[in-house]
Amino acid sequence: MIPTSHYLVVSLLLFTTGVIGVLTRRNVIIVLMSIELILNAVNINLVAFSQHLASLDGQIFAIFVITDAAAEAAVGLGIIIAFFRNRQTLLADEMDLLRW
Amino acid sequence: MNEAGYFLEHIGWIPLFPLASAALMLLLGRRLPKAAVSVACVGSVFVSFVYAAGAVLQLGARPAEERVFQKILFEWIPAIPYHGAAPGLSQFSADWGMLLDPLSSVMILVVTGVGFLIHVYSIGYMGHEGGYYRFFGYMNLFMFSMLTLVLGNNLLLLFVGWEGVGLCSYLLIGFFFLKKSASDAGKKAFVVNRVGDAGFLLGIFLASTVLGTIRFTDHGLEGAAKFSGMIDVLRSGAFHSGEAVLTAMAILFFIGATGKSAQIPLYTWLPDAMEGPTPVSALIHAATMVTAGVYMVTRMNALYQLAPEAMLTVAVIGGLTAFYAATMGLVQNDIKRVLAYSTISQLGYMFLALGVGAFTAGIFHLMTHAFFKALLFLGSGSVIHALSGEQDMRRMGGLWSKIPTTAWTFMAATLAIAGIPPLAGFFSKDEILWRTFAGGESGIYKVLYLVGLVTAGMTAFYMFRLVNLTFFGKSRVEHEVEHHIHESPSSMTVPLMILAFLSVVGGWIGLPHLSLFERWLEPVVAPVQAAAGAAEAGWSMVEAGMMLISVLVALGGIWLAYNIYLEREGLADQLAARWKGLYELVFHKYYMDEVYDSLFVNRTKDLATALGDFDRGVVDGLGVDGSATATRLTSRLSMWWDRWIVDGLVNLSGAIVRFASYPVRMVQTGLVQSYALVILFGVLLLLVVYLGWPAVSYVRTLLHSA
Amino acid sequence: MVQDLLSRLGMQLPKEFALILPQVQLGIFALGILLTDFLLDRKSRWWNAVLALAGVGFSGKALWNLRNLEDVSAYHSSIVVDPFAVFFGFLFLISAALVILLSVRYLEIEDEHHGEFYALLLLATIGMMFLATGSDLITLFLGLETMALSFYVLTGFLRHRKASNEGALKYVLLGAFSSGILAYGFSLMYGIGGSTNLARIAQAYAERSPGDPLVLISLVTVSAGVFFKIAAVPFHMWAPDVYEGAPTSITASISVASKAASFALLLRIFCTAFWPIRPNWEMVVAGVAVASMTIGNFGAITQSNLKRLLAYSSIGHVGYMLLGLVAGTPDGFKGIAFYLLVYVFMNTGAFAIVILLRREGVIGEDIEDLNGLISRRPVAAILLLIFMLSLAGIPPTAGFIGKYFIFLSLIETGHYVLAVFAALYIAPALYYYFRVVVHAWMREPGGAARPTISVAQGVALAACTLFILVAGLLPDRFINFAGTTLQSQFLQMILR
Repeated sequence: MIPTSHYLVVSLLLFTTGVIGVLTRRNVIIVLMSIELILNAVNINLVAFSQHLASLDGQIFAIFVITDAAAEAAVGLGIIIAFFRNRQTLLADEMDLLRW
Repeated sequence: MNEAGYFLEHIGWIPLFPLASAALMLLLGRRLPKAAVSVACVGSVFVSFVYAAGAVLQLGARPAEERVFQKILFEWIPAIPYHGAAPGLSQFSADWGMLLDPLSSVMILVVTGVGFLIHVYSIGYMGHEGGYYRFFGYMNLFMFSMLTLVLGNNLLLLFVGWEGVGLCSYLLIGFFFLKKSASDAGKKAFVVNRVGDAGFLLGIFLASTVLGTIRFTDHGLEGAAKFSGMIDVLRSGAFHSGEAVLTAMAILFFIGATGKSAQIPLYTWLPDAMEGPTPVSALIHAATMVTAGVYMVTRMNALYQLAPEAMLTVAVIGGLTAFYAATMGLVQNDIKRVLAYSTISQLGYMFLALGVGAFTAGIFHLMTHAFFKALLFLGSGSVIHALSGEQDMRRMGGLWSKIPTTAWTFMAATLAIAGIPPLAGFFSKDEILWRTFAGGESGIYKVLYLVGLVTAGMTAFYMFRLVNLTFFGKSRVEHEVEHHIHESPSSMTVPLMILAFLSVVGGWIGLPHLSLFERWLEPVVAPVQAAAGAAEAGWSMVEAGMMLISVLVALGGIWLAYNIYLEREGLADQLAARWKGLYELVFHKYYMDEVYDSLFVNRTKDLATALGDFDRGVVDGLGVDGSATATRLTSRLSMWWDRWIVDGLVNLSGAIVRFASYPVRMVQTGLVQSYALVILFGVLLLLVVYLGWPAVSYVRTLLHSA
Repeated sequence: MVQDLLSRLGMQLPKEFALILPQVQLGIFALGILLTDFLLDRKSRWWNAVLALAGVGFSGKALWNLRNLEDVSAYHSSIVVDPFAVFFGFLFLISAALVILLSVRYLEIEDEHHGEFYALLLLATIGMMFLATGSDLITLFLGLETMALSFYVLTGFLRHRKASNEGALKYVLLGAFSSGILAYGFSLMYGIGGSTNLARIAQAYAERSPGDPLVLISLVTVSAGVFFKIAAVPFHMWAPDVYEGAPTSITASISVASKAASFALLLRIFCTAFWPIRPNWEMVVAGVAVASMTIGNFGAITQSNLKRLLAYSSIGHVGYMLLGLVAGTPDGFKGIAFYLLVYVFMNTGAFAIVILLRREGVIGEDIEDLNGLISRRPVAAILLLIFMLSLAGIPPTAGFIGKYFIFLSLIETGHYVLAVFAALYIAPALYYYFRVVVHAWMREPGGAARPTISVAQGVALAACTLFILVAGLLPDRFINFAGTTLQSQFLQMILR
């Protein structure tokens, strides 16, 4: 059986990948996808712990996190569409109307 | 407890009258006719005065030891138990309560009385200005705050008034807000005062922690817990004299006082505050608000008596300020600025008095100063009014016969501030000087006495310089202004006359032998510990000698001013003027100058330089001209110091604050990913700290065990 | 209402249902507004606002019935109704009501008057109430996300304004990012505690060694997520941009209700699970508080946009409130609760004045737009002065008393340096609040028109002013109200 710590390492890698994606990608849709990666890292953690502790709470939590990720994507994409209509761009670094 | 009379029962109303009228003005004032504005605003202050006078009379009718009246209007901050520094569980609470005792009765009479006269005066003075209703609205709001300040029965309520008067002062200094200098001055006053306020606030917190209460006293309160008042706690003997925490508390309060009462190092805002309308200068920046610091320190006198180091600090700062500000007053050409420096100097006197333990003398001087300084400001306003807004004394002169009422009232105030007997200023100033001299064994009190004495001479000098330049000599008024010179309307001159009367007789209640004033205030400022070998306040030959010296010094100052400013002007005039008897001395002085010139200039150069300089120094130093030059030089120096160093620091701190704002904004690039980066940075920072903290404490335990 | 209806239909509900009735009421009205919105034409959209207010009212009634409960947990201990939850619930409902009152006219001027606005506002309030009642990680997470998702949409509600789009997009990206971090922390907490229940997690934390890296990483990630939501430095960057972009009434809601809800979350977590490792985070929270006061107060000084200025000022206020947590005494917690209560009214009031300035063709967010308000609309200028005095913490306004409790708790616990910091930062704060007052009171009006005040706005403004003055002069009752939170079991446990 794979030890729990291995799952945690995978999850940490996934989390880091997501964070790097958020910080470096210019396209806001990819930024949104990177955030989904972070949430997936959370899910791996939750399920691994659930397995380790033999408790179902973690898996239930994971399902809620998946639902939340879906809702976040829906809202995020809606806002991105409104933004695109007004500004004709999807690049994060052209989003600088509000500053200082 | 005996029955409280009508006015005492309704003491809570005193601040409410001006508040109501202020609210009316600010909400509906624009639609009211001018007459209605005047009646409502001046009337409300008058009613306050009547209620205040009534309350004081009813208080005075009681036997001396029962002259404390407290009325709690409602419980403001309910009792909150907490563990402070005082042993046991403290109860922190604050009421919205009014405290009338001999000290606050002096204050409310001064505030409402002088305030009323200034309000009357403003009807005439502000008659032609825009925003009439706004002006009176702010003035009434100020009266409300000031009365709350002096009547509040605890530190927090005092602080409410403290901030309120600051706000009104700010609004009124910037009243002519279209003038940039006016709004800048308002801002400066505001910022400088905040520094003091921070100290004051910390003092309040410290007091509530250490003493367990912030109410002033539990006297006059039925059913109050014993020692629910700070003064009672301090007098109970629970603290020893000179405890560090008491000193710290006293110093913090004094920091607050230096801001509001314009003492070193926080005085710079007051001269600039003269940008406000003249009645504002008279009411706020001379008679009432700036004395709030003096009032507060006197209110807390029980604390100061237990903190000798703090007392000495107060005395030294007060003495220095008195001297320093007076030197600056010597060279000002703006009539109001001379008075502003004079105010700072006189406030310094008051703190000097407080610092040597002469609380009564300080409050006495506060009262007489309120009379004559308000009169001086109002008089200068009348001059400015007559000259269509001219404030430069170099373009005045010879106004004595043209605006006679203003002139003689102004003269009365000038004699009073110069300390000529038997006018008001003489008694209060003399009292302070004498008490300073007798303040203690240490040589520092003698030095402070000398400083005070020299300051008295300078005061007489610059005040008479002002009078001479303004009212005497030949007119230097610009031609087109000259036609319009007119005496002010009676709404302005009548207050001047009343104040002149008070400036003359106001000091008599403090006549050395009678000491009515001292006996009145005695219950408030009684020594905390049985005073061992305190200076006998009675009449003695030494005191009489002191009195004589201070009068002579004042006369000397007047003589000097007379010489320099009237004579030299005559000389600068036609030759014929020189021969008039009045200008005799000028001629003589000029002769002396020529002698000096011939002595020094005609010497051969090889002998001259070193010796000549020495001679010039010594002879000039003894001569009239030399001493004048020396004082002028020092005052130039202090002006320079003031402008470049002190102002520079104030401006610099403002610049730093603004400058610090830009990096904060620059980081805010608007780029969402840089924000995310900052978040990540924050996470890493937290990680480092969280991981680092146990490591640090681990190392610390290792070090301790080693 | 719902219970009556259902019982008449012969349906039996578990008794636990009464505990979430306030949320359910809000939900029903939110859905109802979405339906009725179809039936209303442009002119009669204000009925939506009436419905939303009715929903808040019913919810308030349901909450009122719960006011005397002491710590009832339900739904397998996933929620707990205690005085803490009730207090915060009222806070959210008051804020929602004020925001609804302020929104009607504003949305008409913006030409975006849709029912969804009110529905989303009510849904956000549901999320907040679950945040305050949640005693389980799942409940807390869901409450937080319900609130956050609603606010993302509301921020971008002015679809045709570029600033609104941009603010919303920034909010959703950064908000989701921080939620991800928070969820990661939650997953670790679950792993450590073996349960999603906060009380059990607290036991597990108490048994672990405080230097355990897993414990520390969970602490870091959870505190980062929570600090983001309350906009504490260095997680504050989103706040000025989002505040400026969002519709002004929503800005008020984000700065007040969302912040209060996040504080509820913060207290729930820090005072249960993280309390055993308090030495670890005490100084960190103090540092964050001081940094927030610094950045907030200095950043506000040179702002010329009123909404941005208030955004920075709210960052500063967060710093003050966090100091209450640092002290960790009854007075500290009471101070936080009272501060938040006052903050609801004073900050909403300040934003209400900004809303008044919004007119056809005038954005009205610049500080110059306030010029000469005293002669254009004296009432508004006086109210502005009161709000600013209160925000600056000058007695006798309620804002002072909030600050006072924080000071008191700091002095009580010997944090003198922090108290000095907190007192000193009043100076720059006064400076920029008075800049606002100066523009309203001491500048020439120029050509700007008189702002008008609708009835609804008038009611909201009157409520704010009245509260600030009454709570400043007679704070007794309100302090006791805030003090009820202390009776909650989770606070009693740590205060004993």
